Amino acid sequence: MMHEPQTLAPATETKMTARDVKVFYGDKQAIKGVSIDVDMDNVTAFIGPSGCGKSTFLRTLNRMNDTVASARVEGAITLDGEDIYAPSMDVVQLRARVGMVFQKPNPFPKSIYENIAYGPRIHGLAAGKADLDVIVEKSLRRAGLWDEVKDRLHDSGTALSGGQQQRLCIGRAIAVEPEVILMDEPCSALDPIATAKIEELIHELRGRYAIVIVTHNMQQAARVSQRTAFFHLGELVEYGVTSDIFTNPRQERTKDYITGRYG
Amino acid sequence: MTGPAIFLLLAGLGAIAWVSARARALRLQTVARTSGRRDAVHSLPGYHGWYVALWTLIPAAIFLAIWANVSPGLITQTVLSDPAAQSLPADAFSRSAILGEARNIASGAQAAAFNPAAQALVEPYRSAISEYGVIGAVLALVLAFAGGAYAFTRVRPDFRARTRVERLVMASLLIASLLAIVTTLGIVVSLLWESIRFFSMVNPVDFLFGTKWSPQSAALGYGNKDAFGAVPLFWGTIFIGAIIAMVVAIPLGLMSAIYLTQYARPQVRKWMKPILEVLAGVPTVVYGYFAALTIAPALRDFAVSVGIHGASSESALAAGLVMGVMIIPFVSSMADDSIAAVPQSMRDGSLAMGATTSETIRKVLIPAALPGVVGGVLLAVSRAIGETMIVVMAAGLAANLTLNPFSSVTTVTTQIVQLLTGDQEFDSAKTLAAFALGLVLFIVTLLLNIVALRVVKKYREAYE
Ligand SMILES: Nc1ncnc2c1ncn2[C@@H]1O[C@H](COP(=O)(O)OP(=O)(O)OP(=O)(O)O)[C@@H](O)[C@H]1O
Ligand SMILES: [Mg+2]
Repeated sequence: MMHEPQTLAPATETKMTARDVKVFYGDKQAIKGVSIDVDMDNVTAFIGPSGCGKSTFLRTLNRMNDTVASARVEGAITLDGEDIYAPSMDVVQLRARVGMVFQKPNPFPKSIYENIAYGPRIHGLAAGKADLDVIVEKSLRRAGLWDEVKDRLHDSGTALSGGQQQRLCIGRAIAVEPEVILMDEPCSALDPIATAKIEELIHELRGRYAIVIVTHNMQQAARVSQRTAFFHLGELVEYGVTSDIFTNPRQERTKDYITGRYG
Repeated sequence: MTGPAIFLLLAGLGAIAWVSARARALRLQTVARTSGRRDAVHSLPGYHGWYVALWTLIPAAIFLAIWANVSPGLITQTVLSDPAAQSLPADAFSRSAILGEARNIASGAQAAAFNPAAQALVEPYRSAISEYGVIGAVLALVLAFAGGAYAFTRVRPDFRARTRVERLVMASLLIASLLAIVTTLGIVVSLLWESIRFFSMVNPVDFLFGTKWSPQSAALGYGNKDAFGAVPLFWGTIFIGAIIAMVVAIPLGLMSAIYLTQYARPQVRKWMKPILEVLAGVPTVVYGYFAALTIAPALRDFAVSVGIHGASSESALAAGLVMGVMIIPFVSSMADDSIAAVPQSMRDGSLAMGATTSETIRKVLIPAALPGVVGGVLLAVSRAIGETMIVVMAAGLAANLTLNPFSSVTTVTTQIVQLLTGDQEFDSAKTLAAFALGLVLFIVTLLLNIVALRVVKKYREAYE
């Protein structure tokens, strides 16, 4: 059953743009010229069969592909009109502005408090302990985790449940006040209840941050996103308003995928 | 019949058993296969060969091992019942001396007799030896035939020879591993035994807490009270192995591990890692003379030139520095393993927060890898305090209780070597002290290893 499609926010501000982006792993081309705009007030979902390049493309948006020795990126990506691959761009700054949440919850083996405080500390966002306390509480509240952990902030973050760990990771990303949050299948390691909590959280975060989410679950894409991009074999096949993509796809390949003919 | 001939004969029999049993199994199985039932044939013919060969060889070999221990007694009995033996002296000591001499001449280990009484017994010895040799050989061959024949009759297409052979292989592997454990236990028991004897002469409290070590004075008859205070030795060991060596090895080992796991390009890593590991294989005596001939004199000259008192040509610092270098590969490979075991997702998580590589290393990787690193360091300490060659060559023999790294100190291992080399009586406190020192060293390294392995294991579990 398909859920009520999300309403598209009108006339929104474009946050990130990608123009003719190509990614190579060694000689192998994983992304074949993708152009896309990500805007501030709508959640963008990336869908597509496994191996089509969703993660690869997502990781170009905060230059995480820099950590893969064999990866090479061509094309232009901008954040607020600024080229993020320009030599003058500071990767540390970029990643503070474009946060990321991974498929498998990866809290650091530190306390809950220290996990959230990690980013503000390295970016020097807190003036003192009191300041840091405020940031930690605010981030945990936004991540919908505060009530569950407020009495055990100094317990290990790895001792939380999977769903709580993932919200902790979202809280950790939020703590540095990013402008964009990239999520790579954030619910694929979680049960339905924990998934519902994360989806709810995404609703609440919408508008405050530009959000891009990769998902394999088409119901999820329909539930949380207002725009959907369908990738196939490294190409962006179709990009548009989520409700249109699911009810009225223009491309044959998109239709085949969402009706479950392959993938 | 002589030993080698028996062995050759048995080996030949074994080979024949193998070949014929294999051929028989092959023939029977070929026939059995025509029946079409899958369970008609069990083991490969080769297993049947081994089964029969082992039945041929093992009982005979066990018999020969027992016979080798029993026959000398029987031979002596026979010789003593010879008329020529009636004239032997009644005194057990001279009697066994004469018998021994006669036996040596008979077996060719000695050319001529010093004692004429022995000469008369050579002939009886010779005949007894050859007689029992023949008996033993015949019995062994009979056993080999019997075992082989028994096993041969069991060769059937569906006989589970493979199961039997593999069970035997497993049993011998088990025995091999038990051998190491039993040896260790034996060492511990002998250490304990000799230490108890030592502590019956020297008060354990004086030994463990005394600060004066001069076993020579005890040997010269000045009493044991003030001669066996081992504290200067313990201090020297800790000073060199656990302090100076670790001050060198921990940072350098850790840094090289970080470089290799986080910064080095794959080609560099491919070169550097084996080179580091080769360092671990350099014989410690090589490090020892490097320490003694190069480092120690240089350090002394340096100390003298800057006016440090008590500088000696053998020093704690020289031994400790070189030992630290020796331990680097050890620490670095343990740290390397622990850092590599931290999941990549942890590193990605940190980098995605905008942390730099070095922040990620300092704040995430090292804390996460710390238990493993600590375990590695403890193992390295236990290795360092048991290390002997470098300290024997470079640390000196003077049992000084000092904080000055330029002066000579001595260690537990050095003193053990010192106490056990040269002439000695095996029941003097001076010699037995070596065993007590060995026991202390053994207990300390054992505890260190247990703790270290615990820590490392706990850490491994943390990341599955
Ligand atoms: N580090 C890498 N080195 C080489 N090739 C890679 C690397 N990472 C991904 N690839 C290749 O790039 C292509 C796209 O991979 P990517 O992980 O982006 O797919 P995906 O759409 O995220 O798939 P999934 O839905 O399974 O996560 C795949 O063919 C993959 O094999
Ligand atoms: Mg992916």
